[in-house]
Amino acid sequence: MHRLSLAAAAIAAMFALAGASLPGASLAETTQAPLKDVHWSFDYPLGMYDQAQLQRGYKVYHEVCSACHSMNMVAFRNLADKGGPFFNASYPNSNDNPVAKTLAKDAQYDAIDSETGAPIKRPGTTADYFPNPFPNTTAARAANNGALPPDMSLLAAAREGGAHYIYSIVTGDGTTPPPGLTVPDGKYYDPYMPGDLSSFWTGDPKKVPVGGFIAMPPPLIDDRVTFDDGTKATLNQEAWDVAAFLKWASDPKMDERKQLGVEVLIFLLIFTGLLYASYRTIWRNVGH
Amino acid sequence: MSEHVSTYEPKTGFTRWLDTRLPIVRFGADLMSFPTPRNLNYWYTFGGILAFCLVVQIVTGIILAMHYDASGAGAFLSVERGIMRDVNYGWLIRGIHANGASMFFLAVYLHILRGMYYGSYKAPREVLWLLGCVIYVLMMATAFMGYVLPWGQMSFWGAKVITSLFGAFPVIGGPLTALLWGGFSVDSPTLNRFFSLHYLLPFVIAAVVALHVWALHVPGNNNPTGVNVKSKTDTLPFHPYYTVKDLFAILVFVILFAVIVFYIPDAFEKVDNSIEANPLVTPAHIVPEWYLLPFYAILRAIPDKLTGVLGLAGALGVLFALPWLDTCKVRSMRYRPAARIFFFVWIFFSLVLGWCGSQEPQGTVFPGVPAGPTIIDYGPNSVTWLSRIATLYYFAYFLVITPILSRTEKTLPVPDSLYTPVLSHSAAMPAGAAAAPETKG
Repeated sequence: MHRLSLAAAAIAAMFALAGASLPGASLAETTQAPLKDVHWSFDYPLGMYDQAQLQRGYKVYHEVCSACHSMNMVAFRNLADKGGPFFNASYPNSNDNPVAKTLAKDAQYDAIDSETGAPIKRPGTTADYFPNPFPNTTAARAANNGALPPDMSLLAAAREGGAHYIYSIVTGDGTTPPPGLTVPDGKYYDPYMPGDLSSFWTGDPKKVPVGGFIAMPPPLIDDRVTFDDGTKATLNQEAWDVAAFLKWASDPKMDERKQLGVEVLIFLLIFTGLLYASYRTIWRNVGH
Repeated sequence: MSEHVSTYEPKTGFTRWLDTRLPIVRFGADLMSFPTPRNLNYWYTFGGILAFCLVVQIVTGIILAMHYDASGAGAFLSVERGIMRDVNYGWLIRGIHANGASMFFLAVYLHILRGMYYGSYKAPREVLWLLGCVIYVLMMATAFMGYVLPWGQMSFWGAKVITSLFGAFPVIGGPLTALLWGGFSVDSPTLNRFFSLHYLLPFVIAAVVALHVWALHVPGNNNPTGVNVKSKTDTLPFHPYYTVKDLFAILVFVILFAVIVFYIPDAFEKVDNSIEANPLVTPAHIVPEWYLLPFYAILRAIPDKLTGVLGLAGALGVLFALPWLDTCKVRSMRYRPAARIFFFVWIFFSLVLGWCGSQEPQGTVFPGVPAGPTIIDYGPNSVTWLSRIATLYYFAYFLVITPILSRTEKTLPVPDSLYTPVLSHSAAMPAGAAAAPETKG
């Protein structure tokens, strides 16, 4: 819903045929409550990530989400990259960043003993991608009531609404179902989950509740984590921060991209101006 | 303009020596001095813009191929983790390449519409037009296969839907599909052959572009009046007049391109394509990229699968036939008031088809109004029926309206020379081009 900024919408309108890429083209039978309208520092064309928020979000991810969700495209060094939660200008090479090193060391990876070839465990390094909570997808399903927790590397990019969707899903998970709605065992009602609840609804067929069922138990409660910066860890705060972190995880180059964009556009505008002046000069005395 | 006399004079001993062996410097010089109608407007800059797009796609594509793993197991990771995160500026190169496809099609559509409006396909430029149509078809094939390479959900299912179309042909359908797939379903072998062809076809396009430019330089450019070049005063040397104008237009185009790449890089990407291809999970709503949507709508508008495939192919085929469907001697629609209206209606219905292609076939056109009684699978207030009406007009425009109109239309008087309207209509010229033309030579 909020993927496109105003400027984006203006350009998208030019491409009249791009209608399909815009939100709103959802299925007729699938329903979903309108996503919650929250704001992030990165909402605007020049908005960057808020580093303190990414650090809090990482903490929520690390202590809560990562128990079930993998994030196999993000390495510990990425946390210390420019624009990342633990970037520190004193360590231009993110592999030297002490926070990234410490966090990596706490993870354990399969390896072989270089003398005997026997399977051993080794501590992680900054070059390692985040460890998987489960050895394989079958194990992940078996531990989660048959549902596979999706990899979180691209979650914010893979859902319509991005961070807004994640925030809404997490805060809406476990909403008390309206009377007349039968929630299957091991599932939870979430009005923000796209779904079709008509076959679970015994009330007025014209008033089927919006939303769907989610297999994830409500993951967050007040004070689920303790933030290092003293921010009060309410449910909404935790959800807001982890949604921002997941947005970063799916688009870690956003800060760099937006900054470079300004430089490129300034260059292009000057260059275009010069070429326009050349064009006017060359064509000055020529009828056409 | 085939009588364009070379004015190149080799100045050094080496260039004189080379000129009698491989006159490549002369070739370049003649291209630069090529007499070009002086009244070309900004719609004529899309040829240069398209050449720029092709170079950008080839250069960025070659770099992406260095980091890409064309296997079902590794493709998604090599794009989303390798290129987008770990390769230096990989996100930028892919952003340019992926959005470059959309920019390329935006430019080619405007280029085609310009050719249709000013009658650039008419004698003696039929071969030029046919080569352009070949380029367009090759572009669609290349873009489609390129979209499969990231191996996301929409890549996979798009490939599945489109390749399955070939199964509609009787007898050869089955073997043909198996050949395309390299097996019995879309899988790693399919991805490999698509990657191979996606790398090959741009060079085929480049070769056809060379022929297209050659075919342009035999009769010379058409122009907004459609009136032939009659004297030397009608033309200007291509350089510096059109090099500077084309470059300026390219830069304006690049600014729009840059805004997309840097600020809305995923504007054209479906969210499902950020999920790795999974043959067991079908996305709720499979749609092709925006530039293929009108043809997708035509395909779905026709109830029978084989007829639908033929309709899709025919929608492209009629473009090839256009020079022989339109027999009107007046080229430019500036002087064809009736043809102009039917043409704009055709553009409108093509956009409608694009919208229909993005919607569910059973979706309603007017929300809140019931679809109505079912007639051939769908009610009247359905996307499918709107597509059917638009498809009908699409074909009628080429096969009925254009042939009849080109024989019966009363055209407006055409100026004696392409330069006359320049003198009399200076107010109608683009803002940047109107500085007191009556005082000029």
